[in-house]
Amino acid sequence: MTSSSDVRTPSRPGTGLTLRGATLGRPGAPALEGVDLDVAPGEILTVVGPSGCGKSTLLRTLAGLLPTQAGSVEQDGRRINGPAADRALVFQEDALLPWRTLRANVELPLAVKGVPRGERRAQAEAWLDRVGLAERARHLPHRVSGGQRQRAQLARALAAAPRVVLMDEPFGALDAQTRAGMQDLLVEVLHGTGATVVFVTHDVDEALYLGDRVALLGTGRLLSVRGVPRPRDRTAHDDPARRVLRRDVLTSLGS
Amino acid sequence: MSRYALRVASLAAALGLWQLLTGLKVDLWLRFSQFPTVVEVARAFAGRLSGGDYWTDLTDSVTRILAGFLLAAVLGVATGVLVARSRLAEDLLGPLLEVVRPIPAVALVPVAILLFPSNEQGIVFITCTAAFFPVLVSTRHAVRALTPVWEEAVRTMGGGRWRILGSVVLPGALPGIFGGLSVGIGVSWICVISAEMISGQYGVGYRTWQAYTVVDYPGVFVGMVTIGVLGWVTSTAVELLGRRLTRWLPRTTSYSAADRVPRVRATAPAPVESSSEAMQEVPDDQLV
Repeated sequence: MTSSSDVRTPSRPGTGLTLRGATLGRPGAPALEGVDLDVAPGEILTVVGPSGCGKSTLLRTLAGLLPTQAGSVEQDGRRINGPAADRALVFQEDALLPWRTLRANVELPLAVKGVPRGERRAQAEAWLDRVGLAERARHLPHRVSGGQRQRAQLARALAAAPRVVLMDEPFGALDAQTRAGMQDLLVEVLHGTGATVVFVTHDVDEALYLGDRVALLGTGRLLSVRGVPRPRDRTAHDDPARRVLRRDVLTSLGS
Repeated sequence: MSRYALRVASLAAALGLWQLLTGLKVDLWLRFSQFPTVVEVARAFAGRLSGGDYWTDLTDSVTRILAGFLLAAVLGVATGVLVARSRLAEDLLGPLLEVVRPIPAVALVPVAILLFPSNEQGIVFITCTAAFFPVLVSTRHAVRALTPVWEEAVRTMGGGRWRILGSVVLPGALPGIFGGLSVGIGVSWICVISAEMISGQYGVGYRTWQAYTVVDYPGVFVGMVTIGVLGWVTSTAVELLGRRLTRWLPRTTSYSAADRVPRVRATAPAPVESSSEAMQEVPDDQLV
């Protein structure tokens, strides 16, 4: 069903997310209405849309932080009633706890999960190493750069081996160069986790690079979901099919 | 080092001025002729220090204030968190707390006498009530001002109520709580001394009032100096503890950094000012 299986061999089966006729948002102020969306196990679904179209609302609903106003949201056929450890959320803003070192931040989900202290530490260090922060493990978040904070957030999100990773414009505040590096890093660290990923961005190129499929949000509704040819291939931007898709996406966002 | 010299010089200058005014018995509208001189006070102080009473008074007062203040810290933080986090608690406790809060703790002396079987407990009660409200109010504000994303992060890790309390609410509110504790320890001293003057047996406040009733003015000043020094020591202790526990705060100002760099450097990275921090960031970003 998805092309991701050749990129990442799942050590643990991913999980599917389903929205059926869902109205999302706060009571009396729906941000999105009538959303029908299937996120396949193990795929990377990117979500693009103009700012204020309800991208974050969609993600917070999938995380379980926001109840649906109508319709349903399900994980593998089971209704989502609240946040859970197997659906990790990476925030756009800096969501690291400022009084904890990077390592202690990465240890936190493991502590919540009940992993013993020594093992927690070893796992957190291994994750920080994977995102290239081994030497910064004992720094406080405000002592490292924005890009490093986002890498630490990524390590924190993945540390407890979640089955879904929800990412809310995680690289939105970074400069272009750091951003490209982060995208590559994301692809690399997701490799082998088998996690299903929903990645929200307002950057069309980012969405087309990362996503197996891309969901287009317009004001108040889901416009369409399109398959992306040759995802996570830096050379694919010249691909004719890709260029057609890019133009379509830009047109639909512009209208 | 020169900053310490400056501090000592400031105290010495105040003492010198006092000695000058009282020694010369200056009477220019303000009347220093009846005022004890620094030397007289020092002599009285030396006399008191050699007697056993002084130390009994001191330990009595310190025990009372520690008991009252610690009780107030625990109750104030607990109530503050409860009121800030629970609408039910806010509705149930809020009005009651707001009505009791404006009453000066010293005005509760009659209540304390009626309620408690011993004076000792009454004084602790008054001290505790005095420190309770600053701690409560600052805790409530600090908890309400927490960045919501911290709590959401822990919730999406599957953390429950207690995890959020222990990992987000308490550490995040700590800087604000310590603000309340600093104010609280100050009011505690005011109230413990006043309560001792009114109803105490032993204690620095009681002894100071005794000295006044027998027209022993140097004795009064011995009491006042003692209170001043004790107050300073305890509030410095609260301040230092607070700084230690909230070392993670980004706002390490340059002057506090200058104080701490020599000691801290071995264990933790030295505080960095924002300009050098920005410089530090650039090369790392490009390595990503």
